[in-house]
Amino acid sequence: MLKIDNLHVKLEEEDKQILKGLSLEVPAGQVHAVMGPNGSGKSTLSYVLAGRDGYAVTEGSATMDGESLLDMEPEQRAAAGLFLAFQYPVEIPGVGNMTFLRTAVNAQRKARGEEEMSSGEFLKAVREKAKDLQIDAEMLKRPVNVGFSGGEKKRNEILQMAMLAPRMCIMDETDSGLDVDAMRLVSDGVNALRGPDRSFLVITHYQRLLNHIQPDVVHIMSDGRIVKSGGPELALQVEEEGYGDLLAEAG
Amino acid sequence: MTETTDLDVREGVDRETVETVQSMGSYKHGWNTEIEMDYAPKGVNEDIVRLISNKNGEPAWMTEWRLEAFRRWATMSEPRWAMLNYPEIDYQDQYYYARPKSMEVKPQSLDDVDPKLLATYEKLGIPLKEQMILAGVEGADAAPAEGRKVAVDAVFDSVSLGTTFKDELAKAGVIFCSISEAIREHPELVKKYLGSVVPQSDNFFATLNSAVFSDGSFVYVPPGVRCPMELSTYFRINAENTGQFERTLIIADKGSYVSYLEGCTAPQRDTTQLHAAVVEIVVLEDAEVKYSTVQNWYPGDENGKGGIYNFVTKRADCREARAKVMWTQVETGSAITWKYPSCILRGDESQGEFYSIAIANNWQQADTGTKMIHLGKNTRSRIVSKGISAGQAQNTYRGLVSMHPRATNSRNYTQCDSLLIGDRCGAHTVPYIEVKNTSSRVEHEATTSKVDDDQLFYCRSRGMDEEEAVALVVNGFCRDVLQALPMEFAMEAQALVAISLEGSVG
Ligand SMILES: Nc1ncnc2c1ncn2[C@@H]1O[C@H](COP(=O)(O)OP(=O)(O)OP(=O)(O)O)[C@@H](O)[C@H]1O
Ligand SMILES: [Mg+2]
Repeated sequence: MLKIDNLHVKLEEEDKQILKGLSLEVPAGQVHAVMGPNGSGKSTLSYVLAGRDGYAVTEGSATMDGESLLDMEPEQRAAAGLFLAFQYPVEIPGVGNMTFLRTAVNAQRKARGEEEMSSGEFLKAVREKAKDLQIDAEMLKRPVNVGFSGGEKKRNEILQMAMLAPRMCIMDETDSGLDVDAMRLVSDGVNALRGPDRSFLVITHYQRLLNHIQPDVVHIMSDGRIVKSGGPELALQVEEEGYGDLLAEAG
Repeated sequence: MTETTDLDVREGVDRETVETVQSMGSYKHGWNTEIEMDYAPKGVNEDIVRLISNKNGEPAWMTEWRLEAFRRWATMSEPRWAMLNYPEIDYQDQYYYARPKSMEVKPQSLDDVDPKLLATYEKLGIPLKEQMILAGVEGADAAPAEGRKVAVDAVFDSVSLGTTFKDELAKAGVIFCSISEAIREHPELVKKYLGSVVPQSDNFFATLNSAVFSDGSFVYVPPGVRCPMELSTYFRINAENTGQFERTLIIADKGSYVSYLEGCTAPQRDTTQLHAAVVEIVVLEDAEVKYSTVQNWYPGDENGKGGIYNFVTKRADCREARAKVMWTQVETGSAITWKYPSCILRGDESQGEFYSIAIANNWQQADTGTKMIHLGKNTRSRIVSKGISAGQAQNTYRGLVSMHPRATNSRNYTQCDSLLIGDRCGAHTVPYIEVKNTSSRVEHEATTSKVDDDQLFYCRSRGMDEEEAVALVVNGFCRDVLQALPMEFAMEAQALVAISLEGSVG
């Protein structure tokens, strides 16, 4: 599904290299976790995959189903099925959450040459999914993320993900700032979306999330590279020992 | 359940926006109807003023009134204090009167109506029955009406073509007709109120309008009457090189209520065109008037060629106690906009509100705002202005809040937000505040911001293209004002916001 090969990325404005030859492959139907110290480049990776401005790819490639992501506009990547749950979801004053969702859903459908969702169909789907995530009707009407608590913002990202039904889901620290119950809601939401045609790249600092969402593979990232990959036990090791030994061992 | 409907409708509004954006090229109303016209010769002088008065079948007092204005105008010079830059206007190189030829004989059925005129109405989104009435088809009023009830007066090149739902309005005692008809049929009302809010000599453009106005709408709502439907005027400029001078007069008698909508469009032309309208509103005791405008005159092309020069004087006089007026405007068109819908809060406890969205893209220039003149005690005013600049456009908010000595315990709140798209445009805020008593309070808040890249990226990462993303963010920025509009207009306005910003990014 997602294949990243020897990716080198620097900032466009300054001479600062952030990703330094990162390779990673997530096959269809799998969940991969990415862990790594602060500043190792995890969010940068997620932004580059989603198509944010300000980065220059100097070497390497990133493809989804064999198609190069890096040549596409952000909205084309979204229409192709890529979704990023932001570490810091953005506030859009004056734009209702529902309006935003509906515009997004229909924009993607249109880009894929599909029929737009009828208003009845849309409302039904939103209500159902919002209920699962315990997002109430009032929050659906409020402007996108404005005045939402940290945890509400994260749940809202998962609501968008559920509505857009992407095939490649990248989640950047969705668990940070969630209370125990919210963590369960979000994990249940993600698990419900798991299937043979959908893959996840889950960026996290905590092993706890991975108790709920069982990963197939755990990657350790440091200084712009994947330095070690392994099974779920790798996350346990990080939890217990920190990154020190792991990184030393990887050189 | 109510909640559902509410959401549903809101969703509908935004859906409409997105669809419109996607389906449209650039300027939506840029078609031009080839209709045979009758013109008066170019230029303005006393003979032309008499000719216009004569064509409208006006009584002598009206002709005199116009001539008085013309003589005054001949001594005045154009104001130059606004932050607007445009070449000198040659007032003798314009036509001051144009009228579709087909209006001279009344048609018997729609088949007799100039099909191009009908096509025009269709493009304006006017329903069939209303088209018949507007086209002057005899007996059209008896035809069954369609669902929506908005009485329409269509003014085509400054000539009122007809008004719908007249009978039904008449039953409620409401007069809604063209101003030329009002001058003939209701001279006592016109004599009493015309020029009583915007005097003949008010300013250069208003004075010119007083001399040469060709038509416009007239509304009178009698005491205690809540007007049973929204009233609406569509203004359309079609003829080339023709100055457009509409005159609107609205009188809300004691305890009455009316909501009035005004829509404006014009075809694409390489040459600039002058438009100088006057709107006067008289609000008596306990009456309330809502006046909403969606102004979409042709703005000129992306190189600044052509477009309408829009010099408009709009003023409401809350003449008696507890009178209320609310101006809402969405200004997206015109190459030059010079417009300050104002409220004179004369009656004690009277209230004025002004909600404005002004968008200037490419080479457009807008200098717009409001004046709140507090004369009565305990008067209240509220100003919410959203200015959006893109391309190389200049957008100025100019506002005056004046609290006179007698206007004790009065309040004003002003919020003035500017949004910049790109870095070649400009936004300016020029607030004038005068407080001449100690118990009144004036609050002014102003912000200027740029369209946020993170917001745009967030929208795009969810699948919206760049223009859709800008439209959504800008519509959010304008939310407070869009919500003040009647629902039907809100849809059109949202779509317009999107269309007028096309090409402003990337
Ligand atoms: N626009 C920028 N300007 C300057 N430095 C930047 C910019 N974007 C990223 N960086 C730097 O690049 C490095 C990687 O940042 P990134 O946000 O990708 O880290 P992360 O792994 O997501 O960290 P965390 O775990 O704290 O979220 C950091 O040192 C950061 O300061
Ligand atoms: Mg991060």
